[in-house]
Amino acid sequence: MSIEVRGLTKLYSEQRAVDDISFSIKSGEIVGFLGPNGAGKSTTMKMLTCFIEPSAGIAEVCGYNTIINPMDVKRQVGYLAEHNPLYLDMYVKEYLLFVAGIYGIKKDASTLVRNIIGNTGLFPEQNKKIGALSKGYRQRVGLAQAMLHNPKVLILDEPTSGLDPNQINDIRKLITEFGKDRTVMLSTHIMQEVEAMCDRIIIINKGKIVADDATGNLQKRFNSSLLLNVEFKNEVTKVQLKEIPGVQMVTENGRNRWKLAATKGSDLRELVFKFAVDTGNVILQQNEEEQRLEEIFQHLTKDIS
Amino acid sequence: MITLLIKEIRSFLSSLIAVIVIVVFLLAIGLFMWVFPDTNVLDYGYSNMDTLFSMAPFVFIFLISAITMRSYSEEKRMGTFESLVTKPISDLQIVLAKYLAGLFLVLFSLIPTLIYYYTIYQLGAPKGNIDSGAIWGSYIGLLLLGSCYVAIGLFSSSLTENQIIAFITSMFLCFFCFTAFDQISKLSLFSSIDYLLEWLGINYHYESISRGVLDTRDLVYFLSLTALFLGLTFKTSRKGI
Repeated sequence: MSIEVRGLTKLYSEQRAVDDISFSIKSGEIVGFLGPNGAGKSTTMKMLTCFIEPSAGIAEVCGYNTIINPMDVKRQVGYLAEHNPLYLDMYVKEYLLFVAGIYGIKKDASTLVRNIIGNTGLFPEQNKKIGALSKGYRQRVGLAQAMLHNPKVLILDEPTSGLDPNQINDIRKLITEFGKDRTVMLSTHIMQEVEAMCDRIIIINKGKIVADDATGNLQKRFNSSLLLNVEFKNEVTKVQLKEIPGVQMVTENGRNRWKLAATKGSDLRELVFKFAVDTGNVILQQNEEEQRLEEIFQHLTKDIS
Repeated sequence: MITLLIKEIRSFLSSLIAVIVIVVFLLAIGLFMWVFPDTNVLDYGYSNMDTLFSMAPFVFIFLISAITMRSYSEEKRMGTFESLVTKPISDLQIVLAKYLAGLFLVLFSLIPTLIYYYTIYQLGAPKGNIDSGAIWGSYIGLLLLGSCYVAIGLFSSSLTENQIIAFITSMFLCFFCFTAFDQISKLSLFSSIDYLLEWLGINYHYESISRGVLDTRDLVYFLSLTALFLGLTFKTSRKGI
């Protein structure tokens, strides 16, 4: 097991930021750690990287306990903290050499730094000050310092937040490339990201794990309720639509466009067609929609009040 | 640790802090020693460096507070502290690296004043008529005092994310440790323990070393005060994150 967490809890005075969570991540997995802001993602990651001590429970990385052997844990882990903190007044190359020095790399430091600069596409910016770089390049520097010492485990806290779509794509490619033979745990609240990159998803809400499954399974599990998008030619009312047998939820989606959610097992397409014929209406457009992870996420993390 | 020490020194140099501190220190001390009529050696007529050694502790209060104020607070505010402590370096090593970098800067600012020593040595009548023992003792005293100040500055910086607060706290603590005990001991209220109070302050030990006698009791005092504040820094460095 690359990462093993048992009964991990973090208390901030009265508040339970992380509440008795347990999971384990096999080596080689790319795991998405998902949750709304304030769910406890960063706190969990900070405990895994020995930045803060857990109030209770055990966190292990590559078999090393974060409290008993923090130095061994730190050597195995490459960590990109939230907001990507960097020394803005240092030069890219200087900073990476400094990080190499901290990891105790002496002989091959310059080769390693040269390689990582090449791999992360920092070559054209390598002689600039970090403060002068754009956000995308800073993120690359952040990734470079996390991957420099070839860690077995990579922990990335919101690696793509605040980047433009092209930059997001580049960073994702980098992470997937690197994660081929290593363990990666990344947190995000962008769903497409985990769909695109992760083998497995752990969803956390209010400090508790609400789902932990392979990405495909999670999609399947919630696909039982199908969604249907319909566009009618003439006006219909919400009440009318609700009366169709098998319709569970109706949401208006623009002029004469409706989104219908079916109860389990019923095929709405036929019923909606019948409804249109009965009311003398015409269906202009109708398509089925798979429930995407985004909706699963919303479903799992919305307040149950 | 060496890597961090070098990085800290380089960041002093590249951010001009080191240059400004050294220039201001030398300028202030130079003016007091050679130009200002009340304090200059030439009018005073005695071949010693009392002006330097009596002014330097006060100038250091400002300058050392200024160089240490960002050491922790800046890192905490920028979040770089998180990426630093999650790398394989212990908290104690971080404290020591930052302390040594500060001490190095103090040493660096003192070295050019050796020219003053040479000048006065040459000016003495007869030539070389200067109490070298007292001078060297004072230099060592000043270095030890600087070491305490650096430790105090680091501690203040570790308390807060705000550099201004760190700066002011550090100045107050340095000033307090240097001379406040002296002053308090003069109050008639504490007349029964006045010696003890005076002994607690840096000034007492600094003056004692300045006489040119390296008493182990004074050395122990300076080293323990430094160690005390470095220990406190170590304890508080993770607070407030």
